[in-house]
Amino acid sequence: MDGNLAIAPLVEVRGCRQSYHKDSSSDLLVLDDVNLTIASGEIVGLLGRSGSGKSTLLRIVSGLLAPTAGEVLWRGAKLQGPAPGVAMVFQSFALFPWLTVQENVELGLEAQGVGRVEREDRAETAIDLIGLGGYESAYPKELSGGMRQRVGLARALVVHPDLLLMDEPFSALDVLTAETLRTDLIDLWMESKLPVKSILMVTHNIEEAVLMCDRILVFSSNPGRVASELVVPFAHPRNRLAPDFRQMVDDIYALMTRRAVKPAATVPTPAAEAGFATPLAPVSTNLLAGLLEALAQPPYDGRADLPALAGSLQLEADELLPMGEALQLLHLADLADGDIHLNDAGKQFALADTDERKVIFATALRAHVPLVAAIRRTLDERWNHRASAVRFRDELEDHMSPDYAEDTLRTAIAWGRYAELFSYDEEAAQFSLEDIDTPA
Amino acid sequence: MPHPLPSALTHGRRLPNAWDLVAVVCVFAAILAIVQVTPATFQPIDAPNATEVSLDPANLPAYALRTTLRMFAALFASLLFTFTFAPLAAKSRRAGLVMVPILDILQSVPILGFLTFTTAFFMSLFPGRVAGLELAAIFAVFTSQAWNMAFSFYQSLTTLPDDLVEATRAFRLSSWQRFWRLEVPFAMPGLVWNMMLSMSGGWFFVVASEAITLGDKSWKLPGIGSYVAQALEQKDMSAIWYAIGTMFLVILAYDQLLFRPLVAWSAKFRVELTAGATAEDPWVLKLLRRTAALRVLGDAVASVFGAIGRMRLDFSKASKPARAETHTKLGDAVFFVIVALVAGFAVWQIVQYILSHDVGLSDVAQVFGLGLITMLRVIVLIALASLIWVPIGVWIGLRPSLARSIGVVAQFVAAFPANLFFPVFVILIVRFKGSPDIWLTPLMILGTQWYILFNVIAGASAFPGDLLEASRNFRVGGFLWWRRVILPGIFPYFVTGAITASGGSWNAAIVAEVASWGDTKLQAHGLGAYIAQATDEGNFAHVVLGVVVMSMFVLAFNRVLWRPLYAFATRRLTL
Repeated sequence: MDGNLAIAPLVEVRGCRQSYHKDSSSDLLVLDDVNLTIASGEIVGLLGRSGSGKSTLLRIVSGLLAPTAGEVLWRGAKLQGPAPGVAMVFQSFALFPWLTVQENVELGLEAQGVGRVEREDRAETAIDLIGLGGYESAYPKELSGGMRQRVGLARALVVHPDLLLMDEPFSALDVLTAETLRTDLIDLWMESKLPVKSILMVTHNIEEAVLMCDRILVFSSNPGRVASELVVPFAHPRNRLAPDFRQMVDDIYALMTRRAVKPAATVPTPAAEAGFATPLAPVSTNLLAGLLEALAQPPYDGRADLPALAGSLQLEADELLPMGEALQLLHLADLADGDIHLNDAGKQFALADTDERKVIFATALRAHVPLVAAIRRTLDERWNHRASAVRFRDELEDHMSPDYAEDTLRTAIAWGRYAELFSYDEEAAQFSLEDIDTPA
Repeated sequence: MPHPLPSALTHGRRLPNAWDLVAVVCVFAAILAIVQVTPATFQPIDAPNATEVSLDPANLPAYALRTTLRMFAALFASLLFTFTFAPLAAKSRRAGLVMVPILDILQSVPILGFLTFTTAFFMSLFPGRVAGLELAAIFAVFTSQAWNMAFSFYQSLTTLPDDLVEATRAFRLSSWQRFWRLEVPFAMPGLVWNMMLSMSGGWFFVVASEAITLGDKSWKLPGIGSYVAQALEQKDMSAIWYAIGTMFLVILAYDQLLFRPLVAWSAKFRVELTAGATAEDPWVLKLLRRTAALRVLGDAVASVFGAIGRMRLDFSKASKPARAETHTKLGDAVFFVIVALVAGFAVWQIVQYILSHDVGLSDVAQVFGLGLITMLRVIVLIALASLIWVPIGVWIGLRPSLARSIGVVAQFVAAFPANLFFPVFVILIVRFKGSPDIWLTPLMILGTQWYILFNVIAGASAFPGDLLEASRNFRVGGFLWWRRVILPGIFPYFVTGAITASGGSWNAAIVAEVASWGDTKLQAHGLGAYIAQATDEGNFAHVVLGVVVMSMFVLAFNRVLWRPLYAFATRRLTL
């Protein structure tokens, strides 16, 4: 990396900020003050939780999205619209179901107005390079997920982009397929067979980032910021089981949980108003109960190392972390330095029967989730014990994007129903105390 | 169905084969027939045979061909309209605000009532020529086809998958390339399905619009519709059966030759990345895919379309980065002022017209009362048809092999122009001296009841097997089974069918509430009869009044009954 300083960078993102425009109140920040430089010859990873704005940043770099503030320089010039030297690989593959593999791959060349002979020639080269030879006339629906993503890769490579953008390219694939595709791609990269200069990829998979990238930018959420930047010092091919590799994965876990702790710690300061609008990640109570039980039992006995836990539960960091955070929010467990450990309420919950669990959960909700507490309080105060959900959604939307507000409200409803704090009528979008035994 | 040949035998060969012979003969015969018929369109209107029909069955093939050509001319116009109107409405926020409600209203307006006005207009375009009449007839068919096609395309354009849109932008396709590579293909399955519905409706209108009356003059454009009209005047029952037979063959041909292959072909454009159970190709599509000569032709057509689609025309700044749409307040203000002015002017025009033509409050009240009568008819008919067809549809739908064959038949029957059968009913009513007010009523739903049947069949066959097994396991039977299991399961499908059926019935009222057999004239009380009578008398003011009131009834009916039902069905009862 250090040797490349002399060469002009491919992309420079300076002071980039992306906000979601809201009429009634101040803008909601998705990305805040992000700086990023990509030089020639490196693979850079953007690692973060869902909602940390990493995909947004990728779209800003691609020119699909214009940042609210800040600038993007492509080879020193200001970027306006999708740049010709950039090609993208999509998480969902984004293949056209009515075009064959060959036609899908040729799409980018058609857009450039490349003649038929050259188009077919280049498409065939790309198809062969990526291991799709023989599938030229197949339609995407005839292919497996792994093969489809190979088409996505070939389609991006055929335009010979300077910068290849990949948006969680392997997350829709099963574990084995994803691994094959990763190693194939790295092999081609090492043999300099890829017609690209650099790769920028978005991922929420920590191991994937350490396996593939030369440099990792770890994002924190709400708003998305670059929390830290790490250089991966290992040479390709990398060994997942090497102690150094494991240590780095552990360190990043610790980094991500530490970051996750911070916002929770700052909650008490701006008064109850902010607490009300704490975004809740949609985690089901079944998962929470299951995690508490698993933690209470051996081999963990109340304390677990997160990467190890993720491995044994076959969960990705992106799935495990929201669960841990939910438990932390409810004061049933604590997260620190890549570890999770149960506290007394959590242990009690794990040992309790169904009815007792509901009581413990209800107590935790009323004490630590202001939104649920507010809904219940409103219901208690109303003469008919009914309240419209719209009102709470509107209030939430003053503080977060509609998607987040929706998720948060859904989670509050699911948790409150489980704890039997209130009932909810989906049809009427209305909370009530029907079928709820109210203590007199 | 013959077993398909292994494709290795047929693939890649370019030598003529047996299919070629069949194909070549068919293609040349079709071209010859069209060439023979078209010059008649440009004859002067008073030339011999230009606007006269003879009841000799030998003429029927030529008449059928002319009727069919009118249909396809209208379909082509509808496609052009769809490809221009829908993108405009979908891509400009301001235009969409006005254009979408307009489409919605045009969809539910009784088009037959407008025939009078449009005929006068097109006659004046080609004075003294048959072409004017032809265009009027084609336009009538167009107005019955275009709206739902445009609406379907519009809906597809507003529900394009985000990732594919991003892909077209990331790979910098021009807006023209995007249209042919993404938007049209994505809309294709819905569009083909709506074309099929449109064609079914179109047969009804082409038959109704060939015999044209304008004040005291009347013309009969050579075609099946005029043939039937003539047969009615001359009380020739066997001619009517000939016409029905011919129409049967025509519909069978267009269904087999055009729509089965089109529907099968359009399945390729479905955005689903699983290789689902694909039905076997219909024989015509097989013919096209297997026949060497036709395949060369097909490839040529495909490559021409491909080349058109690849052109890098760019009409807009498609590759600019997406920014939150900048609301130019001033632009909006100007736009709304213009819309308000146009609307105000329109209201003024209508008021002026009605005032100057001496339409009093009593007329309005009378027409409104007639509207209530027709509405009562529609409600009773839909209820009766539902009582009959829902149980039958469920019974058929739960038997998959039966459902498949009956489904095809039901679609075919729906395409058959029901107005050809009207004379049969009229004769019966005259013979048994039935009351027109009661016995003309079933005619309104004759052609549209099938939508209820085939939607219920579709719903019942899509009903999940595990739910059926569960209900059998818990021994849910009898009335409880209907109430708790199957009726909620098919309800969304039923509502879709009933909406189509009721819309069609309103329209049919204009031709169904009045009927004649020679000199005998049957007339029921209702809004449809009122419009038909006013048209006959050339009383434009009354036609306008009738059409406006009927439109209002249809719109109110849709908003008050069908929309909420449909919303309820999709919200609560979709699986």
